[in-house]
Amino acid sequence: MVIVPGSAFPGGPTIGSPRTILDAAAVARVIDRIAHQILEKTGGAADAVVLGIPTRGAHLARRLATRIQTFENVALPVGSLDVTLYRDDLRLRGVRALEETDLPSVGIDGRLVVLVDDVLFSGRTVRAALDALGDLGRPRAVQLAVLVDRGHRELPIRADYVGKNIPTSLAESVRVRLSEVDGRDCVELDPMEGGR
Amino acid sequence: MIRHLLSAADLDRESATTILDTAEQMDRALAGREVKKLPTLRGRTVVNLFFEDSTRTRTSFELAAKRLSADVINFSAKGSSVSKGESLKDTALTLEAMGSDAVVIRHSMSGAPHRLAGWIRGSVVNAGDGTHEHPTQALLDAFTIRRRTGRLEGLRVVIVGDVLHSRVARSNVLLLHTLGVEVTLVAPPTLLPVGIEAWPAEVSYDLDAVLPKADAVMMLRVQRERMSASFFPTQREYSRRYGLDRQRLARMPEQAIVMHPGPMNRGMEIAAEVADCVRSTIVEQVSNGVSVRMAVLYLLLGGGSRRESRRRTPSRGGVMSSDDALFPAEES
Repeated sequence: MVIVPGSAFPGGPTIGSPRTILDAAAVARVIDRIAHQILEKTGGAADAVVLGIPTRGAHLARRLATRIQTFENVALPVGSLDVTLYRDDLRLRGVRALEETDLPSVGIDGRLVVLVDDVLFSGRTVRAALDALGDLGRPRAVQLAVLVDRGHRELPIRADYVGKNIPTSLAESVRVRLSEVDGRDCVELDPMEGGR
Repeated sequence: MIRHLLSAADLDRESATTILDTAEQMDRALAGREVKKLPTLRGRTVVNLFFEDSTRTRTSFELAAKRLSADVINFSAKGSSVSKGESLKDTALTLEAMGSDAVVIRHSMSGAPHRLAGWIRGSVVNAGDGTHEHPTQALLDAFTIRRRTGRLEGLRVVIVGDVLHSRVARSNVLLLHTLGVEVTLVAPPTLLPVGIEAWPAEVSYDLDAVLPKADAVMMLRVQRERMSASFFPTQREYSRRYGLDRQRLARMPEQAIVMHPGPMNRGMEIAAEVADCVRSTIVEQVSNGVSVRMAVLYLLLGGGSRRESRRRTPSRGGVMSSDDALFPAEES
């Protein structure tokens, strides 16, 4: 299930087709584990709100909440938080289309917000999300859950829940595919894509 | 894709839909928030250059720019050097020298924004030029219709009244046609412009005949300030034949909406009780206007700074580079 070829490390051979790091069953197991970890670390997640960063983070957030409900029968409020308008690279990379922001009606004031994204890389998306949260209210605490941490942080940000650490070179790209968007679940490492 | 927004005809269906979708997301991003402010355009300067009176358009653009954290300079011809005889070009160059990234212009002369776009390096947004165009009004009207009815494609919209003097009508006909809406213009023959048969719209003189099939009816203001001759015998007669009153409202389908770009002449083109009824979207149009203008400013100014990139290339003409494209490929 988990296939980690030896050549997936910086400096290794970089020519080839995308390699599957996690297949569908492994993705499901990782989500189950994060759901358990959230329950464990937050003591039952009573006041938690799960906010996913679109596109794939929002789907992951929904899946996490569904699994948490299955395990402990608590229905966590789920939402999505688009951070495009808070990005610091708009001027470098041009205008992007906005994604859906949908906050749960309970709001985030005094709550434990669990941010969910697919890949943690530079940390700039999370920085933007933290700024956005600051404008929306005052959570009791903010935690971060990611499916993949690929390293190369540019800001002092770390995740509380990590599905899989994948050491990468900057030339490689990590592709998370989810059935809601891409028709299938998997995580791939593409050697020649060049950054994100 | 686009650097300026000068005419509704500049927008193809894809870019128009992008603006409407962006406006929708802007609205949701700010919904229910105490701090209605986004940091997106911090450090950008937007100049509101208004040579003609305006309440809602100017304040709407100002609010939109401020909600995106841009700096706003309001400039009206009254109380400025324009009253000393300064030309449009000199005024524009002065404002540009002060570092404006975008100029939102309203002018009584048709075509003024087009001229301006050739003189300055920043973006130009047409906020109404003479009897020519008012593209952001058309966008907010399309946005309002889409919100109320859930779609645009295949709808029937009737635009009634002073089409001759209306920049709103022209922009709406162009934009709504692009978006797949069937537009019917209704007006007395004297208030239809020459060449109306070339517009992508039906023309009728009989309001009562077209009302039963309308999904939205847009009433235009009778622009008495632009009327040098008499275009209809009396106000009363105009109101009787082309005004929207309660009896006419009853002829419309039950879910059809009533629109007006404002300011209204109550009792003339629209009866007060119709303007205030639940099917009227007149107040909604104003609040939707802010979201739509935020979307326009974001899409024009949110990306790479053109003033900075132009500074590297000394040529004044300014060829659009590929990173001026509105939407680079999406990535996760």
